[in-house]
Amino acid sequence: MTTIILFAPLIGALICGFGWRFIGERTGQVLTTGLVMLGALLSWYVFLTHDGVVQHIPLLRWIESGSLATEWAIRVDRLTAIMLVVVNSVSALVHLYSFGYMAHDENWSEDEPYRARFFAYLSFFTFAMLMLVTSDNLVQMFFGWEGVGVASYLLIGFYYKKPSANAAAIKAFVVNRVGDFGFALGIFGLFFLTDSVNFDTVFAAAPELAQTNLSFLWGEWNAANLIGVLLFIGAMGKSAQLFLHTWLPDAMEGPTPVSALIHAATMVTAGVFLVCRMSPLYEFAPDAKTMIVVVGATTAFFAATVGLVQNDIKRVIAYSTCSQLGYMFVAAGVGVYSVAMFHLFTHAFFKAMLFLGAGSVIHATHHEQDMRNYGGLRKKIPLTFAAMMIGTLAITGVGIPLTHIGFAGFLSKDAVIESAFVGSGYAYVLLVVAAAMTSFYSWRLMFMTFYGENRAHGAGHGHDAHGHGHDAHGHDAHGHDDHGHEGHGHHEPHESPAVMLIPLGVLALGAVFSGMVWYNSFFGDEAKMRSWFGMAAGVEHAEAAAATEATATEATTTEATTTEGAATEAVATEAHGEGWTQGAIFMGPENEVIHHAHEAPTLVKISPFIAMVLGFLLAFQMYIRRPDLPAKLAANQRPLYLFLLNKWYFDEIYNFLFVRSAKALGAFLWKRGDGDIIDGSINGVALGVVPFFTRLAARAQSGYLFHYAFAMVLGIAALITWMTLWGGAN
Amino acid sequence: MDNLLSIITFIPAVAAVILALFLRGSDAAAQRNAKWLALLATSATFVVSLFVLTGFDPQNTGFQFVEEGDWILGLKYKMGVDGISVLFVMLTTFLMPITIAACWSVETRVKEYMIAFLMLETLMLGVFCALDMVLFYLFFEAGLIPMFLIIGIWGGKERIYAAFKFFLYTFLGSVLMLVAMIAMYMDAGTTDIPTLLSHSFASDEMVVMGFHVVGGLQTLLWLAFFASFAVKMPMWPVHTWLPDAHVQAPTAGSVVLAAILLKMGGYGFLRFSLPMFPVASDLLAPLVFWMSAIAIVYTSLVALAQSDMKKLIAYSSVAHMGYVTMGIFTANQQGIDGAIFQMLSHGFISGALFLCVGVIYDRMHTREIDAYGGLVNRMPAYALVFMFFTMANVGLPGTSGFIGEFLTLMGIFQVNTWVAAVATTGVILSAAYALWLYRRVVMGELVKEALKSITDMTRREKAIFAPLIAMTLLLGIYPSLVTDIIGPSVSALVAEHQAALPPVAGDTQLAQN
Repeated sequence: MTTIILFAPLIGALICGFGWRFIGERTGQVLTTGLVMLGALLSWYVFLTHDGVVQHIPLLRWIESGSLATEWAIRVDRLTAIMLVVVNSVSALVHLYSFGYMAHDENWSEDEPYRARFFAYLSFFTFAMLMLVTSDNLVQMFFGWEGVGVASYLLIGFYYKKPSANAAAIKAFVVNRVGDFGFALGIFGLFFLTDSVNFDTVFAAAPELAQTNLSFLWGEWNAANLIGVLLFIGAMGKSAQLFLHTWLPDAMEGPTPVSALIHAATMVTAGVFLVCRMSPLYEFAPDAKTMIVVVGATTAFFAATVGLVQNDIKRVIAYSTCSQLGYMFVAAGVGVYSVAMFHLFTHAFFKAMLFLGAGSVIHATHHEQDMRNYGGLRKKIPLTFAAMMIGTLAITGVGIPLTHIGFAGFLSKDAVIESAFVGSGYAYVLLVVAAAMTSFYSWRLMFMTFYGENRAHGAGHGHDAHGHGHDAHGHDAHGHDDHGHEGHGHHEPHESPAVMLIPLGVLALGAVFSGMVWYNSFFGDEAKMRSWFGMAAGVEHAEAAAATEATATEATTTEATTTEGAATEAVATEAHGEGWTQGAIFMGPENEVIHHAHEAPTLVKISPFIAMVLGFLLAFQMYIRRPDLPAKLAANQRPLYLFLLNKWYFDEIYNFLFVRSAKALGAFLWKRGDGDIIDGSINGVALGVVPFFTRLAARAQSGYLFHYAFAMVLGIAALITWMTLWGGAN
Repeated sequence: MDNLLSIITFIPAVAAVILALFLRGSDAAAQRNAKWLALLATSATFVVSLFVLTGFDPQNTGFQFVEEGDWILGLKYKMGVDGISVLFVMLTTFLMPITIAACWSVETRVKEYMIAFLMLETLMLGVFCALDMVLFYLFFEAGLIPMFLIIGIWGGKERIYAAFKFFLYTFLGSVLMLVAMIAMYMDAGTTDIPTLLSHSFASDEMVVMGFHVVGGLQTLLWLAFFASFAVKMPMWPVHTWLPDAHVQAPTAGSVVLAAILLKMGGYGFLRFSLPMFPVASDLLAPLVFWMSAIAIVYTSLVALAQSDMKKLIAYSSVAHMGYVTMGIFTANQQGIDGAIFQMLSHGFISGALFLCVGVIYDRMHTREIDAYGGLVNRMPAYALVFMFFTMANVGLPGTSGFIGEFLTLMGIFQVNTWVAAVATTGVILSAAYALWLYRRVVMGELVKEALKSITDMTRREKAIFAPLIAMTLLLGIYPSLVTDIIGPSVSALVAEHQAALPPVAGDTQLAQN
């Protein structure tokens, strides 16, 4: 069944991409959407019926060289099942949504077909992402990893006529490659150390790696930590963590459904997935985990600060994504992988929804993305408003403190923060602050878009007023010149078609309920979580570590059904020999973070809620009660404002450090290195001789020389042929 | 058929002789006949070579299809293939019909052009099949002449300069190889390659003109061969002839040059340097590693600065050959498997990229990147093909370009992590220059007047690319097609190499405790 799930989107992509001329664009769209929906249904079936036991389905041989043996294979465990659901559900909804969103597009003229291509890319992306999450070895994962990179490149650059889209696409690919550099070295290292790239073998070797030293570059390193860090560099690239994050905001150049699918719900979470997948290794790599926590927490904080002042609706959400990914990494880094997956899971729903909602707003306002030109849309597009409201409630984490009742983000984000409290004080503080900022920028987005007066062109305000608004908000360094004067301004915003609203509705269900329904499975009930992930059932907080008997009892006393209990029991008996080969994630016997997180002080448990309320109140104060405040604040704190608005100047610094210097160095090496040094001096003789012959040839009046040479060739030919046929080989 | 290799080697030569002797006139009909005959001959060669492939037993690590006979002046004529060379033979026979089809639009001196390519094929096949050192040298050197002519007669504006640069660089390198071969003959008393492979050359330290040479005779011989093969590959810093040659060569010439001729250097390393001089190889491997790593970074950076499409792809070729040389001298299974794979894969990919340039050069007669832009608007099929090979060139998993890069890097990591780290930056740089080229040529609005009436690929052009796309994908998804054939021979090579090293010298692996 997973084979069908895996290949359905590929088939759709191929037929739609190459065959749309024969079957028609419309049929192609329906076909790809249908196949992905089929995949989504089957994924839910797999997810709900999965018993936690790891399955391996080999497909085909792949790279084999000496002791290296990789194959195309499918691995199905809890992690895979979760990702299957996330990827296919969001993908199916995005396909559906795109029917409406891509129906008309002013980037293309009437006779330019683009829809089939778009749908083919979407399905291709889905396939690559599924390859990533179902892989049974690191190399196949790398295939999916790069595959989603290409799909992302193609989709960001979908509007290939726009220079900004092309630049963003290349940036995304190249920055990701920087991460891949680390990922690849990590794979090489693992192969060198364990002679394998298969997950099971690598996991089994993890305790040994923790005792091994590897000399790499200038020093001797602990192997597990080194590999952990290298793989995490890959994850940083894909998941847009600090220093490798610059591509994500630019990726918003792609059509909005793409942003929802790739740059919010699925691809960017691949890094988190990688860390969780490699949990048996990370459990033995404490330093690597510390690095993950620090990078994750810092990213969460950094991205949130930038999100505070952005004016492009998609960029706000993009920075929000970046920030939320930081949360997930913190959870994984402190060793509570299930919580990282929990936040990944809930985030996929509400973030996809926010993006699709933003898409609906953009659609409604005729491709306006600057929030300063929105305002008062609440009544014009009520359904979109409702959806965005649910998304905002979910991302800011609204719920009833100290209970398990609330929107999806409330449960998962609080779980992350409680885990962070146990694992790292630094991360805890930054995450709580980031939670307040999350709340602020999310509500700012809501207030600017849906409340107040409509600030669009011609909607009651003259151009002067609008220009004034521009000034008041500080000079946007990126000056939004897309909203030309072609006359869209006088159109009334209109609600989106049903085909776009239905996906919003479905995602809303996820944003509301996914946290509450699966809270215990991911975080709330440790025993249940362990059996759900197919782990060796409760190594009950270390004190009962040796008691196989006890673990079996423990497993049966949980709410697990009898069959599940039996399965867990079987798992438990083997637990001590090779615990890490069982189940989807592994938590070392000393890893009690989840247990302590449950017992975190009340103040800690309600701290994210307080932060959320503060953020909300501040946003309310600044954008509803005193709309003049933001401009004043921006004027008063101009350096800080510009620092944030320009995203801490990362792009400028990188451009100077890497892009320009690489080009300059290339030009220098070419002119000076190849030209002067190599051709000039080392091979000066040759260079002197070449022109000599050239002159000679020129003097020989075009050709004689070549005739001689040509005769030589024929001579050799005749000689060899003769020798062979009659003289020699007989 | 026990002289199968001779048959495939000389079918093109016979066709060339027929063309030279019997085809008269230079009218359109004669031109067409010349092309069809060349296509027929190269296709026939390919078909016959399939018998070699099917009859080849991968498990047998010795030479197969061996033919032996006396030749002139007491020399031997000996041919044969093993797991290392057989796929190069296949690569050559596979690509030549495509190359001939790619020069269908040539109109000047068509007959001679076809003769040059046919002769070139014979000589290239001879290099890969020859089992006698003298025969190898003859083929290796003679191969220069047709390529020299192809560049010098059918090339661009600066063709004379480029042709001589090409000729002199490669020829000067080969002179040293000839000296080394004579020395080998004196030492071993034979020019028979299988015998030489089992002969062990002295590796005791010796003094030459006051210099202490560690590794003795082996080192000297190794260096002499290195001079020849390094230029041929080409390795940094003797690579500068390649961009000039590529830029001036006609499209089909570039294809053969990049796809097959460069592989002779890599093949030479595998056939001579590594197995015959194991001690010297081990000793000098770090030199090769660093030259390769520098090549990868240096030429990738230089590629970023190019404004001529062919030059850019030529520099990218040098970078990709860096992985090959690096992989070969790791002397482990992954490294050598990867190097061979990379050479084969590069044959398809770089060949296809030069053909991609050829497609638009035929239409616009310029290779300047700035002269293009927005081609996707009028040439969607071309944009797709170019995208595919750009990604393959970047080493995207699923294409053959990935396997070679990945395996060679995996091989080098086991030997030297510094080199591995430097070389792996190539994956970043290659993405940068390749995608940037693609963006400037294909993406964007189509604004240039001259391009407004450009037409998409013709059926003939699509047919040329189809087999290349198929091979690139096939080998990327199911590389066992190649590794099953080369694997046993490579593992025998690795085992012999390890056995030939003194026990201490073999311990260059990283400390692992």
